[in-house]
Amino acid sequence: MNDTSKDDVLRLGEFTFRSRLLTGTGKYPDNATAKAALAASRCEVVTVAVRRVDLSVRGEGSVFQLLKEGGYTILPNTAGCYTAEDAVRTARLAREMLDTPLVKLEVIGDERTLFPDVPATLEAAALLVKDGFTVLPYFNDDPVAARRLEDLGCAAVMPLAAPIGSGLGIRNPYNIEIIVKHAGVPVIVDAGVGTASDAALAMELGVDGVLMNTAIAGAKDPVRMASAMRKAVEAGREAFLSGRIPRKLYATASSPLEGVIGSDH
Amino acid sequence: MTSVVKVTVNGEARELAAGSTVRALLEQLGLGDTLVAVERNREIIPRAQHVSATLNDGDALEVVHFVGGG
Repeated sequence: MNDTSKDDVLRLGEFTFRSRLLTGTGKYPDNATAKAALAASRCEVVTVAVRRVDLSVRGEGSVFQLLKEGGYTILPNTAGCYTAEDAVRTARLAREMLDTPLVKLEVIGDERTLFPDVPATLEAAALLVKDGFTVLPYFNDDPVAARRLEDLGCAAVMPLAAPIGSGLGIRNPYNIEIIVKHAGVPVIVDAGVGTASDAALAMELGVDGVLMNTAIAGAKDPVRMASAMRKAVEAGREAFLSGRIPRKLYATASSPLEGVIGSDH
Repeated sequence: MTSVVKVTVNGEARELAAGSTVRALLEQLGLGDTLVAVERNREIIPRAQHVSATLNDGDALEVVHFVGGG
């Protein structure tokens, strides 16, 4: 495999990306910070949510305008949906606005943890795939669910690392590794990353990308954190492709053992 | 034939002149230049039909847009 070669791209359905860092656009203090952070992250794919227009207030220009101007590939999500039906409706509304087949499928099963409702996610995934969507589902770090989602025709699988917005990092690296080993589609860690080392670890496990929002938007300095995340994802990817050394219990000297001064033998 | 139609928009009751189109509603809401999608009674009204689709009494409309999100 090539190291940082231009051939090392992330393919999602018919789309091809150089960046393996996908970012959310929520929770930023203002649009200017969001714009600067997205630029610093050098991401190509950004997620957005679909919500009712608030008819009582006219806020500042939506973050969406800024994304279009920035040339990003927009990945609408179905965040906040608790049923397969609502997720499918939301995906179709997004497609109506953007003419994009991309959808980040989320069907939530529990308010406190925001863990997915896996049966409902599978149901929605099947409907959306049939309807021509490029489905990127958020789900637990469960290798069996990953296989089911892939079998349904999802273009990637996106296991969480930890609960959304928790910043707990990769809580079950072994499951993520099992998912990676068996997946025939890209694996993107979605949710739970807290800091740069979490993103690097995910990439070192061999995942194809990392999707995050809070870790950047919620940092004290989101722009600098976005830059850190970019480097972490790139570093982790290169480390994975390089083939790390095996772990050993005892030392192996790096310097020659022969010719040390004062040696009399 | 009444001169108004009563609809709900995002759960809010609204009265519109009879024969109003989706396009007219969006302009009235100040959304003429905003990228939105409109659902009527759970069916999407494609953008191309906003100028021709007239609203009926009792229509439940959802008007959505994109916001920042993860």
